[in-house]
Amino acid sequence: MTPESTYCSHESDFMKRTNACNELREATLSGSVEISTEILKDKSYRRKLVRKRIRNGRTLLLMCTPAIVFFFVFSYLPLPGIWVAFVRYNYFDGMFRSPFVGFENFRFLIISGRLWMLTRNTVLYNLGFILTGNLVAIAVAVLLNEVTNRPFKKVTQTILLLPHFISFVIVGVFAYNILNFEYGVVNSALRRLGMEPVAVYSSPNLWPGIIIFVNLWKGVGYSTIIYFAAITSINPEMYEAAHIDGANAWQRVWHITLPNLKGTFIILLLFALGQIMRGNFQLFYNLVGANARLFPMTDIIETFVFRSLIVNFNFSMGAAVSLYQSVFGFLLVLVSNWTVRRLEPDYALF
Amino acid sequence: MSSATSHGRVKVDASTMVFKGIAVAFVSFLALLCIYPFLLMITGSFTSENLIIREGYRLIPSEWSVESYAIVLETPRLIGGAYLVTIILTVVGTIIGLFITAMTGYALNRKDFALRNHISFYVYFTTLFTAGLVPFYIMMVRYFGLKDNYLAVLLPLMLSPWLVILMKNFSKSIPDSITESAKMDGAGDFMIFMRLILPMSKPALATLGLFTALGYWNEWFFSMLFLSPNVPYRPLQLFLYNLIAQADFIRMNAALMNIPPQDIPSESLKLAAAVVATGPIIFVYPFVQRYFIKGITIGAVKG
Repeated sequence: MTPESTYCSHESDFMKRTNACNELREATLSGSVEISTEILKDKSYRRKLVRKRIRNGRTLLLMCTPAIVFFFVFSYLPLPGIWVAFVRYNYFDGMFRSPFVGFENFRFLIISGRLWMLTRNTVLYNLGFILTGNLVAIAVAVLLNEVTNRPFKKVTQTILLLPHFISFVIVGVFAYNILNFEYGVVNSALRRLGMEPVAVYSSPNLWPGIIIFVNLWKGVGYSTIIYFAAITSINPEMYEAAHIDGANAWQRVWHITLPNLKGTFIILLLFALGQIMRGNFQLFYNLVGANARLFPMTDIIETFVFRSLIVNFNFSMGAAVSLYQSVFGFLLVLVSNWTVRRLEPDYALF
Repeated sequence: MSSATSHGRVKVDASTMVFKGIAVAFVSFLALLCIYPFLLMITGSFTSENLIIREGYRLIPSEWSVESYAIVLETPRLIGGAYLVTIILTVVGTIIGLFITAMTGYALNRKDFALRNHISFYVYFTTLFTAGLVPFYIMMVRYFGLKDNYLAVLLPLMLSPWLVILMKNFSKSIPDSITESAKMDGAGDFMIFMRLILPMSKPALATLGLFTALGYWNEWFFSMLFLSPNVPYRPLQLFLYNLIAQADFIRMNAALMNIPPQDIPSESLKLAAAVVATGPIIFVYPFVQRYFIKGITIGAVKG
């Protein structure tokens, strides 16, 4: 029952007209042509309607204008700057007068193996993040759901979400406190135990594990909430039926909770795969920073682009890598959204 | 009541008890992992520099000290300025951003707004394809001249396409009949939004405001890109970041120049500054948590 149809019960002429006006609006929006023609034959009335509709739309458009301007300036206006990827940028000639080199920048990135290394790191890290993040979040949500002690649930959920609220700068401080060679918690403990300390900040091979762990640490509370929401939407009758059948906790989890989370998991997985070309600059930069010794294992697209901009002043290389990332990222999002639409149309983003 | 309880006890079999034991143990362990660095930060900031250098960090130091706080508070000009800049950016950015987001979200949810789908896509497209950092940087610095201008931090964080979409979804929970009946009474769209929709959207505004304010408080990236030491005060996170970088730099040079590192209170000082920067968040966190959870849940369901 639409709000418009409720007005039909009123018999006044004005109400009828308003109703027709709404119908007209709906019809023009949906493209159907079934408009009650009696009222529309009245030409002056029709003109009034059209004028009203334009005016009505004008206010709403005006309300959207600040946002339209904002996104135009900060998201659309930089788009022509993609041109930088096809020139050899120098500061004096600027964006559009620097010498055009075609695909030379891309060729260099491919031949030097850079592009492949950056892609590999970015994708592998994201796979690690997706896998660990979802598994642990599902485990926590499922386990916490079986705990009946409310204060325990509340307190642990609060603590798990806490890392989400702090800045990555603080995360970097935390990691340094724990891992640094001289005073870090890990190495102090190793020394007390009479063992050799580990020079973590000069051992690149340790870093994939560390970065994946830190990302998990910061994000687990967030994903847990999503899975928790999915669990609360499971029909309680299923659990009641299981209870009557004498199912124990393991059976409840295995036969009811987990199968019901499958949908959420697949949707989250698909969206995450759509974003797999995009890295979290702040995470990597605050953990690794300018420590070049770790780059072979820790350099992702975002950190490379940042360095090409701030450290090496090689704007064109940065722009080329970004363009490559944007194009492939865009295609991946399209594919993932298309898949989601086929599986679960309600969840598709567009 | 008592019979129900005893009934429950009978039903809880051994394997369920084991399961619950594992659940409590696992979740407790994770919670400890999550809170451990925070505790370490707090106790570390109250540890004397000498002790850190002698024994390294420990959760419970053998002697307590407030020397690093004394140093942090001795230079109130710097950290006070950082605080002030961050508070101003957060308040101004959140209020303006929230208002624009709410207005846009409401308009885009109006079914009688012919352009709603076009504008929604226009907003959404910005999440799909971006120009990347380099063109953005060139535009901000060379064409807008925003280097060392606080606007370079204030403006880009003001709106987020995700929050506009989130607000649009929130608006769905407000019945269309409210707008319709207000229109009957001759109210304009903007009036309806200001007088009816805004007051009704308080929970949504709390959530969106929280997301935005948190973004500003934790902002570090744009500050680092656009604000050089030439600005009088750098925002809190950048201030902290530089303090850490400086501490490392000083220590490295102290080693080269044969100055004993314990003469430079860098480690505990870093932590004291980190506590001062994170304090407000940890303080308000328990009160705002539920709005945050609500936002995540709605955002996760759609968009």
